Amino acid sequence: MISATDVSKRYGAVQALQGVSLDLRPGEVVALVGDNGAGKSTLVKVIAGAVSPDEGGLVIDGERVHISTPHDAQRLGISTVYQDLALCENLDVVANLFLGAERRKWSILSHIRMERSARDLLTSLDVRIRDIRVPVAMLSGGQRQSVAIARALIGEPRLVILDEPTAALGVEQTAQVLDLIRRLRERGLAVLLISHNLADVRAVSDRVVVLRLGRNAGEFRTADASQESIVAAITGAAA
Amino acid sequence: MNAATVVRKPYTPKEAVERLRHGDLGAWPVVGGLIVIAIVFQSLNEHFLSPENLTNLVMQMAATGTISLGIIMVLLLGEIDLSAGSVSGLCAAVMAILAVRQGWNPLLAVVVALAAGALVGLLHGLMFTRLRMPSFVVTLAGLMSWQGLLLYLLGSGGIINLPFDGFIAKLSDTWLPNWLAWVAITALVAVFGASGLISRRLRVAAELPVTASWWLIVKVAGLAVVLAAAVIIMSADRGVPLLLVIFGTLVVVFDLILRHTAFGRYMYAVGGNAEAARRAGISVTRIRVLAFVLSSTLAAFGGILAASRLAAVNQGSGGSDTLLMAIAAAVIGGTSLFGGRGRAYHALLGVLVIQAIGNGMFLLSVDSSVRLMVTGAVLALAVAIDSLGRRGSTT
Repeated sequence: MISATDVSKRYGAVQALQGVSLDLRPGEVVALVGDNGAGKSTLVKVIAGAVSPDEGGLVIDGERVHISTPHDAQRLGISTVYQDLALCENLDVVANLFLGAERRKWSILSHIRMERSARDLLTSLDVRIRDIRVPVAMLSGGQRQSVAIARALIGEPRLVILDEPTAALGVEQTAQVLDLIRRLRERGLAVLLISHNLADVRAVSDRVVVLRLGRNAGEFRTADASQESIVAAITGAAA
Repeated sequence: MNAATVVRKPYTPKEAVERLRHGDLGAWPVVGGLIVIAIVFQSLNEHFLSPENLTNLVMQMAATGTISLGIIMVLLLGEIDLSAGSVSGLCAAVMAILAVRQGWNPLLAVVVALAAGALVGLLHGLMFTRLRMPSFVVTLAGLMSWQGLLLYLLGSGGIINLPFDGFIAKLSDTWLPNWLAWVAITALVAVFGASGLISRRLRVAAELPVTASWWLIVKVAGLAVVLAAAVIIMSADRGVPLLLVIFGTLVVVFDLILRHTAFGRYMYAVGGNAEAARRAGISVTRIRVLAFVLSSTLAAFGGILAASRLAAVNQGSGGSDTLLMAIAAAVIGGTSLFGGRGRAYHALLGVLVIQAIGNGMFLLSVDSSVRLMVTGAVLALAVAIDSLGRRGSTT
């Protein structure tokens, strides 16, 4: 289990996070919701190693770990898919999946091994791309999002953080990506989903964690929670 | 072939059009252009396709082509190197001073000149990455400074002649014996065919889709025909020039590096999306510095080849239109100015187009004003194709 415990972070006069805690279990999709400025991004950056918290930190399997760079986080099995996807549009799907983690002998790329693993990975995730050797520029938005998520799995992570994965997508492609998130859960991964779209959140998550003004403002089991109660926690109407 | 082999289906017309719209034309526009150029000039002047003229054309190509290959290294990152011409002249002067005035071993002089080129590139790269100066400005300053240093080094005399029977001048006056040329191209075709066959076997073994086997046969046969035609034509004159072998080897080596090594992959990644490359853990700074080092080193080598042909280094070395022709060749060959798209062989194709136009017009005694205008129009056409392709890929 990966937990963020009592995380606080202050930017100048702004208290972005104050004593926020979050538990992430294998095989569970947790949705992190909240209004703009609620501290979602800051919390995600702390977990992903992009920002160091003032207080609190990460506990993995009961042990306190120190993360100061994104690289540390990746080594501990935390993989993040940012909203801008960070794909190289001129490279093909295989090259993007293995970017920075190329399989090679000496310095020579092992094209065939990479393409084989890429195909196996995409097939296991049920991602359909007709020709994985065309530049990513030629893929649809949903396919690109799928490639970015598949890339997060190359390093065999335990936790995958998805930042607004459906924000730029149409209805059909959103459905594809939500299916993909369910398959990540079936693989036994912990998934942290940041989303503004409550319909998506309710469709795919097991638990909803609400942040409001930098504090924990509620936690719901998705199956039991009503849309109204979540919205009330986000806006503070219940308080 | 077992029954489970997956053969990649050919593109449907709709998909083919889609690929074309994304600027994925490959080398076909340039090859088509070359054929048109050949037909036009041959019909205007029967000497254009004569063995002697084609051999001359190939000889003129090596120096500019080598500089152009270096330009491609920085264009791949979406940057530009305006100093390549000056650096080629400067390094040729360094080589000539050491070999002639100081009486060093010519080979050692060449090595030191290449190292000087690498050092210049390192300086450009550090100014670009550490001081965050735009590459345009860094290399524009280089264009002026290195030209100045060339004039200073040559001093009042302004010219250093290379001995005609020396090692360096001999580089451009050595011709492969007929049998060696045939052995070389046979070996090339055999290696190309074998690697294609082995790679196909491995893909089938890994249950990956492969292209139809007739396509491999067509490619090998095409290469064999082109190389054999070149050897037959050139051996009707003086033979295959060593200069062409040197330039061709550089192109092949750099093509292999770009496509099959991690370094090459990182070059494309940085050119395509530097931020994504950085997040993937690639040292973007190192790749950028290396690209500038490669560009200047190849420029230095091109300058040495030019000096070899001229058997001299003078105040005009690497000046006038050397740089412009090298950049134009890279772009006409199909390398994108916007970074991330390009291949080493584009230097070969592009310089072939430019030299063919120049050479053909020279045969027709057309004024150099017209030659410049035509070359400029071809360059504009190439950039237009590049820009349209880019627009297609971002929408």
